[in-house]
Amino acid sequence: MGFGRIAFTVAITMIGLLFITFIIGRVMPIDPVLSIVGESASKSTYDEAYRQLGLDKPVIVQFLYFLWDVVRGDFGESLLTARPVLDDLIRVFPATLELATVGTIIGVTLGVPLGVIAAVKQGTWIDHIARVVALIGYSMPVFWIGLIGLLVFYGKLGWIGGPGRLDIFYVDIIPTVTGMILIDSLLAGDTDVFWNAVSHIILPAGLLAYYSLAYISRMTRSFMLEQLDQEYITTARVKGLSEHAVVWRHALGNVKVPLITVIALSYAGLLEGSVLTETIFSWPGIGLYITTALLSADMNAVLGGTVVVGLVFVCLNIFSDLLYKYFDPRSK
Amino acid sequence: MSDISKHQKPSLREWLTSDAPTSRRQAKFSAWYRSWLALRSNPMAMFGLMILLFLLAIAAFAPIISPHDPFAQDLALRLSAPGENNYILGSDSLGRDILSRLIYGSRITLYIVALVALMAPIVGLFVGTAAGYLGGWVDVVLMRITDIFLAFPRLVLALAFVSALGAGIENAVLAIVLTAWPPYARIARAETLTIRNADYIHAIKLQGAGALRVITKHIWPLCISSLVIRVTLDMAGIILTAAGLGFLGLGAQPPSPEWGAMISAGRQFILDHWWVATMPGLAIFTVSLAFNLLGDGLRDVLDPKKSGK
Amino acid sequence: MNTFKSLMLGVAAVAIVATAPATFAATPDNILVIANRIDDITTMDPAQSFEFAGGDLSRNVYSKLVNFDPADFSKGYQPDLAESWTVSEDGKTITFKMRAGVKFHSGNPVTAADAVYSLQRAVKLNKTPAFILTQFGFSAENADQTIKQIDDMTFSITTDAKYATSFVLNCLTATIGGIVDSKTVMSHEKDGDMGNDWLKTNTAGSGPYKLVNWKPNESYSLTSFADYYGGAPKIERVIVRHIQESATQRLLLEKGDIDIARNLNPQDVAGAGSKDGISILSDLRGRLMYISMNQKDPNLSKPKVVEALKYLIDYKGMQDSFLKGQYTIHQAFLPRTYLGEIDDKPYSLNIEKAKALLKEAGVEDGFDVKINVREAQERIEIAQSLQNTFAKANIKVTLEVGTGKATLGVYRAREHQIYVGAWGPDYPDPNTNAGTFAFNPDNSDEAKATGLLAWRNSWALPEMSKATKAAVQEGDREKRAAMYEAIQREHQKRSPFAIMFQKIEQTGIRSNVKGLNTGGAITGVSYWPITK
Repeated sequence: MGFGRIAFTVAITMIGLLFITFIIGRVMPIDPVLSIVGESASKSTYDEAYRQLGLDKPVIVQFLYFLWDVVRGDFGESLLTARPVLDDLIRVFPATLELATVGTIIGVTLGVPLGVIAAVKQGTWIDHIARVVALIGYSMPVFWIGLIGLLVFYGKLGWIGGPGRLDIFYVDIIPTVTGMILIDSLLAGDTDVFWNAVSHIILPAGLLAYYSLAYISRMTRSFMLEQLDQEYITTARVKGLSEHAVVWRHALGNVKVPLITVIALSYAGLLEGSVLTETIFSWPGIGLYITTALLSADMNAVLGGTVVVGLVFVCLNIFSDLLYKYFDPRSK
Repeated sequence: MSDISKHQKPSLREWLTSDAPTSRRQAKFSAWYRSWLALRSNPMAMFGLMILLFLLAIAAFAPIISPHDPFAQDLALRLSAPGENNYILGSDSLGRDILSRLIYGSRITLYIVALVALMAPIVGLFVGTAAGYLGGWVDVVLMRITDIFLAFPRLVLALAFVSALGAGIENAVLAIVLTAWPPYARIARAETLTIRNADYIHAIKLQGAGALRVITKHIWPLCISSLVIRVTLDMAGIILTAAGLGFLGLGAQPPSPEWGAMISAGRQFILDHWWVATMPGLAIFTVSLAFNLLGDGLRDVLDPKKSGK
Repeated sequence: MNTFKSLMLGVAAVAIVATAPATFAATPDNILVIANRIDDITTMDPAQSFEFAGGDLSRNVYSKLVNFDPADFSKGYQPDLAESWTVSEDGKTITFKMRAGVKFHSGNPVTAADAVYSLQRAVKLNKTPAFILTQFGFSAENADQTIKQIDDMTFSITTDAKYATSFVLNCLTATIGGIVDSKTVMSHEKDGDMGNDWLKTNTAGSGPYKLVNWKPNESYSLTSFADYYGGAPKIERVIVRHIQESATQRLLLEKGDIDIARNLNPQDVAGAGSKDGISILSDLRGRLMYISMNQKDPNLSKPKVVEALKYLIDYKGMQDSFLKGQYTIHQAFLPRTYLGEIDDKPYSLNIEKAKALLKEAGVEDGFDVKINVREAQERIEIAQSLQNTFAKANIKVTLEVGTGKATLGVYRAREHQIYVGAWGPDYPDPNTNAGTFAFNPDNSDEAKATGLLAWRNSWALPEMSKATKAAVQEGDREKRAAMYEAIQREHQKRSPFAIMFQKIEQTGIRSNVKGLNTGGAITGVSYWPITK
């Protein structure tokens, strides 16, 4: 798999992605001009905005213009925020990245051991509990459990921070470096801000973590079961290796490649922008950004956001492919 | 049937569990029966199945078992707590009975699930088998398209689609299908690739069968079982996506008692009247858990490789 | 329920002792923190800004020629940057004298040149709210002649016809009347945009507050202007944060994380209002809630049907239940507190009467009709209540819920049957509503007068349009009021609009916050009189 081929795949996928988004933007029964000028505008105001958006040109020309702009990294200006979409994306993406990363870290830390234990103790009550825990995770409507969680842990108990990334007083205290508040606050050495950010991220990230835990633990279990049946495991046991070493070093070591693929996919899923989680928790991430833009016919923002999400997804896919090829002895 | 069976007619059970099936039909039924026995021994899967049968019954007899008209408003008795004023699960902001709305809402949920579960795998089957069987540039093009759809943020694609076509159950179903088919296409393609070069397919081709005939008569039937497993596992996801669209106001339209929309309408009362949003949430959770339990059990039975036994 | 609550409280008590402190956090005395929906702000430029939240911000950052005093709105517009003015005999030219010694945030003095620049700029840019000025005949071509500087501190404006002076000056209190610092703005001009791009995200005013930063859809913050001519405000910093959910705003308020919550729904008002340390401020706003019936529809164009539907609305039921405290029944197109307001309420739910009217119209068996409504909780609930009461007279309603933009598109294209709408005045003069509810000079599809509500509903009203036009030119205040009263009574009887409610804004505030005024029906919020 040469570099050229990867680039080609990415390019084709991205162009297709852009094309579909562009078409959706065209057929949407929302008037983008009206979004700018508002409903009381006079005819001349309206016409001027119409021309400014380039809507008087043929659709295919509009698409080519758009492609050219994207290639140059220019996504245009958002109607909603009146700022370059690129600036907006740089602002919102770290929020999603932070949430998804924390979610995945928690999900992996708990999910992998849970899956391993369930596989080792297959058929016992531990296995059943692990299974039920995972299935419950799959079955939760996140927009509902998020509401209830906020109500109980923030509203009634006051254990955690409310919606948003920080309490209002802590906003704008620390300089933005990465855009991820947990990291920025540590860089600035401000532990107050750090702990406040932790109290805000814990519930939404916990919910995402639960979801990815469900997936990761189930996959870990089935990978492990496959390994534990293999002959080399029996051999290792016969050789007198401790059960601990057999399970955690040998068996788990051998499933790390497919496991990383699974984790990468789950991570990509969370990065896609968990629209509903972000909505419930007023989390200013990319999912919320795209959704809000979509409902307001802010097509520049939708297109820009989709490009970023698509790119992330494609990259993670390629990354896990390469990883697979690199580690998997059979492909050498 | 053979002569022997006339003399010692086996019981249905014996016929189904026979180690030496005498016809293809018997073999097939027998395999199904064994699966059923295996499934029956899985208490959690049976629990899920029971919930779903219960749900089916509720949906079927909704008009008989609902204590109230799900659309009847009574502004004077709005936001009654569960148990108050004859509302077993309370009433919503327009004074409608939440229980009756949940009961009628089960029909919408089942309707959505059934439609998506029928359509998405079929689309995937068409695309996947065509790509796998025909190969060459058809394969490249179709799989590129599949990848593009996979790279799309799913809920965003559904949202965009619904806002383009207008909100409503049918459009929500189409939107979910649009986002759900690519994995089925991949499965169908993988299956096709393994079957395509089998000797008997070559034999059929030599007899002069065209591509269409080979695909529809010989490849599709073999893809179906893996698709069915996948669909069962996806059901809960479908319910959650549909409810999510309803929650964002893009699914079923008011006053229809779609569960996601009910949560959305109830969220503004969450602090003082918790039941309005909680009850439909529990309903969604229960049904999707039931599908997951059943799906998990089915996978163990039908796909022994994955479960390790 | 009670057990649930006490259980929760018990757990909470244990938790508070056992874990990190969940303390009551009050905001500092010199900082005011407000939760509000501000996602509608797209620009800070007064020549372009045309949204509620943008108007709030602009009112505190930009002084205007004339303005409303938050201490007493009933006095009408008062001198602000213009110290005085005179009107020529033909009633077309108004000459303003500027207040001396006023400074912009940059330190530049406020002069007549700035006022002329600001008004000409708004006309020439021709952005959305430009109609508020161009309705007086100003245009990009004639602005240099009609808006003229006389000397350093005086200038004049000349309209194309005689208008009531109150009408002109009321319009100048709107956001578009904000006076910008011409030197600062011009220094940021690029490609002849008159600083429009720069003013999107920056401000150059002379008001009591200046903008520190604005993060779209997240927050903006203001800091007090020490050299404000009316004296520096007590609160040094105002932070407004975008919080979408009412429940969240309430929780933040109850915990003392914010001082003011501006978007509480009735349940949360009731819940938060009963807590110690929180009070509720009710303020009658200018927004009206109405339904309108497209006169292109064969059934809805029958006058008896229109009248019948007005009797099929459960005004009181809605006001007392899900709209409780936030809307009050109002059935005329001018909001209360406007010149010419009337308080007549001829309609109430009366199913028998409605049935009789439908019978007279020949549709006693009812008909099917579609109601277009946008995706907003209170409107959906109103629509469902209508669905319920209309059904009692055999009118079968289907609802079509869409996003705001899509629903509005249907309405503007005259493709609806019944539309559930809300209308907020654009400027504090009766013509703002009369000119849209009761004015439609050309009802043809080609006219595309999409800004006029009467046109959107295909309602031809030649006589009433004339009366509305006459009312804007009447110089005598009493006579003008009487003209609007007459138009509204006629409108109530005949129009395809069933105006139902006027908005009451309920704001939750911490009890230590004094002097908040959210602007009534005529203007935006004033932060500068607030103390803690």
